[in-house]
Amino acid sequence: MTAPLPVEHGRQSPRAAAQKRPRVGVVKFASCDGCQLTLLDLEDELLAVAEKVDIVEFAEATSRRSGGPFDVLFVEGSISAPEQVDEIIKLRAVSKMLVTIGACATAGGIQAIRNWFDHEEIRHAVYADPRYVESLATSKPVADYVAVDAELRGCPISPAQLKEFLTALVTGRRPQLLDEAVCLECKRRNVVCVAVARGIPCLGPVTRTGCGAICPAYGRGCYGCFGPRESANTTSLAAWFADGRNATEVSRLFSGFTAWSEPFKKIIDANGGPPRLAAPSETPDA
Amino acid sequence: MHDLDLAAGGSGDLAIDVAMMTRVEGEGSLRLRVRNGVVEEARLEIFEAPRYFEQLVIGRTPDEVIDIVARICGICPIAYQMTAVHAFEHGLGIEVDPQVRALRRLMYCGEWIESHALHVYLLHLPDFLGYASALELAKDHRSAVEAGLALKKAGNQLVELIGGRAIHPNDGLDIAATDWLTEFQESQVSWSHALQSRDRTGRPYLLGPSSRVILAGDQLHPLAAEALAGTGLIEEIRTNPYRSILARAIELVDATAEAIEIIDAYEPPARAATPWTPGPGSAAWATEAPRGLIFHAYELDRNGLIKSARIVPPTSQNQAGIEADLASFAPQVLDLPMDQATHRIEQLVRSYDPCISCATHFLNLSVEELS
Repeated sequence: MTAPLPVEHGRQSPRAAAQKRPRVGVVKFASCDGCQLTLLDLEDELLAVAEKVDIVEFAEATSRRSGGPFDVLFVEGSISAPEQVDEIIKLRAVSKMLVTIGACATAGGIQAIRNWFDHEEIRHAVYADPRYVESLATSKPVADYVAVDAELRGCPISPAQLKEFLTALVTGRRPQLLDEAVCLECKRRNVVCVAVARGIPCLGPVTRTGCGAICPAYGRGCYGCFGPRESANTTSLAAWFADGRNATEVSRLFSGFTAWSEPFKKIIDANGGPPRLAAPSETPDA
Repeated sequence: MHDLDLAAGGSGDLAIDVAMMTRVEGEGSLRLRVRNGVVEEARLEIFEAPRYFEQLVIGRTPDEVIDIVARICGICPIAYQMTAVHAFEHGLGIEVDPQVRALRRLMYCGEWIESHALHVYLLHLPDFLGYASALELAKDHRSAVEAGLALKKAGNQLVELIGGRAIHPNDGLDIAATDWLTEFQESQVSWSHALQSRDRTGRPYLLGPSSRVILAGDQLHPLAAEALAGTGLIEEIRTNPYRSILARAIELVDATAEAIEIIDAYEPPARAATPWTPGPGSAAWATEAPRGLIFHAYELDRNGLIKSARIVPPTSQNQAGIEADLASFAPQVLDLPMDQATHRIEQLVRSYDPCISCATHFLNLSVEELS
């Protein structure tokens, strides 16, 4: 649909390039724009950031456009339409570092729930005439199509992690992005465990921290926006949830914004799919 | 701009294609064709990939839906959450504490402030002062951009304080929600009636700040009403879409003044959460989002799970009106140099603050209308 922007040629010598501000791009695929908005939400730092990096492509924020090359390309959104596959491959080729931002780009997003459904059926259900609508049967993470150098997780991403990443970028060091469970954040915040104290099902033990444990702090269970932490033992947690809950209720807990991530997906599959498929008998008059 | 496919202006012919609109939320393009002074095509094309939200929520519980629909839009998630919350509360007959309602209203004010400040200062203002972005604008007018960012931050802080974070908040206090402030229900009804009456004439209608401050100006906070009168441009706001930035600024005053009053009058609610029982029924509600009226309708099955969903965002309702405006405005730019004509046309669309990620499921209707 959209012709790709031309790549800018005539680049300067490596030494001159090293002294220059990194060329940064921000692009999106299927998403809500919330993660790229997080960049504009760095109200106190935005203008300082703009002095340290050269934002050459960011259609939501500037009318100046570029098709690359990029030193760093932030990619929001999942790959869910045929032309998006071509586009991400082209963008990868002109980006030194490709960073996926948010649950859609890193895990397929909430729209990946459709991966379990009959694509033609839902296309016809939403669009009276789906001929004009191009979409793939699946919504998948960017890493399923191209190599990804770094991920910022979350739905949306955390402003603090974005700041950390940008700071590391301009100072030339490795960003500190913790891969630990939300539980540790609860302990640091003195939040009483909602699972232990109140029996509320919580994905905190298997979910990567970064949000600041917002949900438990408000008295509700974590619903996994940041996706699975490394070595997440979802099988064990699902066994805990299964005590007093049926399969649909267990599936429901994992069928959120990072449902298509492997550790969550396997629990959803083992419990009959996302709620709509797991318990069709619950909607007999549908 | 690299993606402008320029054709001749003048002589009554004009062909403008903007492959990707910039400084708008989401992915859309613009296509305008004028031959011998007659507009043949005026399209706002939305090519954002569909995400099928109305199907994703089937089989879900109302409280899951409240989290899911927030993800339709990263700029106005509260509008989606609030509309769904109110629909379910109304449908299931749930009543919450008035102080909880006030807090929700405060959070919604925060979103209006954030969204309007984003558009006024970061997306729209560069058009009027001749810059490609607010970042470039800041090089010459740093304090103006800083003031906008400070206002935007205040809005985000309200959302964060009540909802936990600025984008896709958690609604910690209002999970078990209910009704809107009585006066706000009324104001919504009167606003939507006013807009509906235009609709009954069969013409496309436009929602959002300009419509609201003109049609419901009597409901503005006194400070905002004073600001509106002070512009001396009420008639201009009514008729000239390029003046929408003023209407949005007036609503910034309105939302900020209302937020301050809510904070001053706030007392902790007797109970923050209202217990509720899932059940069957129909749930529908409309609220005023930053970009205009948003409507949700859900059918719940006998287990209280979603059987069907209909979500109507403001931009999809505005789309036909924006296209009609493009068509009526196009003859005025025929004599301009091509780059200026394109810029003016793009500016016109931007003045409606289209939120394309939200509007995506409306796509086929616009295509069919035009083909």
